Amino acid sequence: MIKIKSNIAISDSGFIFNPANGESFSANPIGIEFFNFIKQGKPQEDIFENMLEKYNTDKNTLEKDYSDFVQTLNQFQLLDQDAEKEA
Amino acid sequence: MEKQRYERPVIIKLESNMPNKFGLRTEYKPKTHIDNVSVKDLINEYGSPLFVISEKTIRSTYKNAKKAFTTRYPKVQFAWSYKTNYLSAVCNVFHQEGSWAEVVSGFEYDKAIKNGVDGKKIIFNGPDKTEKDLTKAIENDSLIHIDHLDELYTIIELSEKLNKKPKVAIRVNMDTGIYPMWDRFGFNYENGQAWDALNKIMRSKKLDLVGLHTHIGTFMLSPQAYGTAAYKLAELAIGIQKKYDHEIKYIDMGGGFASKNTLKGAYLPGVDTSPSFDDFSEAITSALINSDFKPDKLPLLILETGRALIDDAGFLLGTVISNKRLSDGKRTTIIDVGVNILFTSFWYDHKVTPAQPFTQYTEDTVLYGPLCMNIDVIRENASLPLLNKGDNIVIHQVGAYNMTQWMQFITLRPKVVMIDMDGKTHIIRENESIDSITSFEKVPEYLKKFEL
Repeated sequence: MIKIKSNIAISDSGFIFNPANGESFSANPIGIEFFNFIKQGKPQEDIFENMLEKYNTDKNTLEKDYSDFVQTLNQFQLLDQDAEKEA
Repeated sequence: MEKQRYERPVIIKLESNMPNKFGLRTEYKPKTHIDNVSVKDLINEYGSPLFVISEKTIRSTYKNAKKAFTTRYPKVQFAWSYKTNYLSAVCNVFHQEGSWAEVVSGFEYDKAIKNGVDGKKIIFNGPDKTEKDLTKAIENDSLIHIDHLDELYTIIELSEKLNKKPKVAIRVNMDTGIYPMWDRFGFNYENGQAWDALNKIMRSKKLDLVGLHTHIGTFMLSPQAYGTAAYKLAELAIGIQKKYDHEIKYIDMGGGFASKNTLKGAYLPGVDTSPSFDDFSEAITSALINSDFKPDKLPLLILETGRALIDDAGFLLGTVISNKRLSDGKRTTIIDVGVNILFTSFWYDHKVTPAQPFTQYTEDTVLYGPLCMNIDVIRENASLPLLNKGDNIVIHQVGAYNMTQWMQFITLRPKVVMIDMDGKTHIIRENESIDSITSFEKVPEYLKKFEL
């Protein structure tokens, strides 16, 4: 299960702050949605279903972009590695 | 309910260290139309990638350039530099505007003749003119610009054989205070080579020395270098007048004016740093007018400007093939425009604009072409809006050199379309096909069959 570290905060405008190391990030509106869904622990399929209802896109694009987004979160050390190991 | 436009998700690290030397994003509006013709319609009708030439831009740029010179100097003549873009439709727009032709090979010479240019209005430059080429040029009374002594002696021999007095000029290279100094073409001013060639011409009495030519470099960002060059050519012309009582009819300042493109490594965009036609004109015409020419004996001023006249009129439309990331997480986007058709991407950071609406979010992106070759990089680092697969892009200012230096490599060369003054589109060069390429090949009979 992919999990965002519990201490990571995100504002409505997409400003993300990591208090552990002081790093900050910015996300676009779709990025904010993905981020919040992941933070809420929503399963992948539910995220895609939700996005497909709202946006003019297809599942392949969503799958590809989701995995790219998660990789970026991982690179920026925003994911809870222990949660992944437990899963 | 209508669904919202999807944009790929992005998360960017905010950093407060050194500012990005490539600057902030430059794209604020999509380029949806060229001369009121929809980019999407052009791609749907003619395919992607696609070169698009705006006739309106060619004519207005030419008029600007002409105005900059004719308002400062009484006798001005432009000659269209064929090597910059020799698609016949493009050449003919310039010829309709009054440009002569400036060619640098037998092929280009024949193309100018085929386009209907009077031989007397063709300037023949370059180091490789064969006897056959020179014979043709002499018979047509073209203006032959001599590059080296071997050519000079060949022309003298041909003049005897043909019993004609060829119209010639010499190309002069010189120190104008810029680096690198182009001294591989023509005869040097400072070390006396130019005078040596001029003496040989005058003493032979076989040639009609009508002009003096120089071409100091390419993508020149210093107008004053042209002032220095014009001054030195004027000195030579006045020296010939004094020594041989012979009047030089024209001074040809060549080309090399920078366009508004941005050179790789430049901190500021070309639109802000490249001199204007007025800047170049002021430097050249001031030098000629302030020289010792009598006011009623000023020579004709010829200009062979290519790049600065056509770059803005060319657009290259393309399509996003994929978005990827490099091992370090860097964003890359692959488009269907490769360096094989966009040769100038080796020199310029071309302006790239999406052809559909986008948000304010951007990512630093490497823009790769479609070739399976490591060198196929269109932009090494561009702050681009978020593009999706299938989105279209417009690459700006590609009118110069790409449609002559392009090569058929891995992919086939696309169509070139011209948008006329009324907004109608015309194919001015067809795309290549497998048949057009293989029609040049011959397979020996014994190699036609094989078993695998």
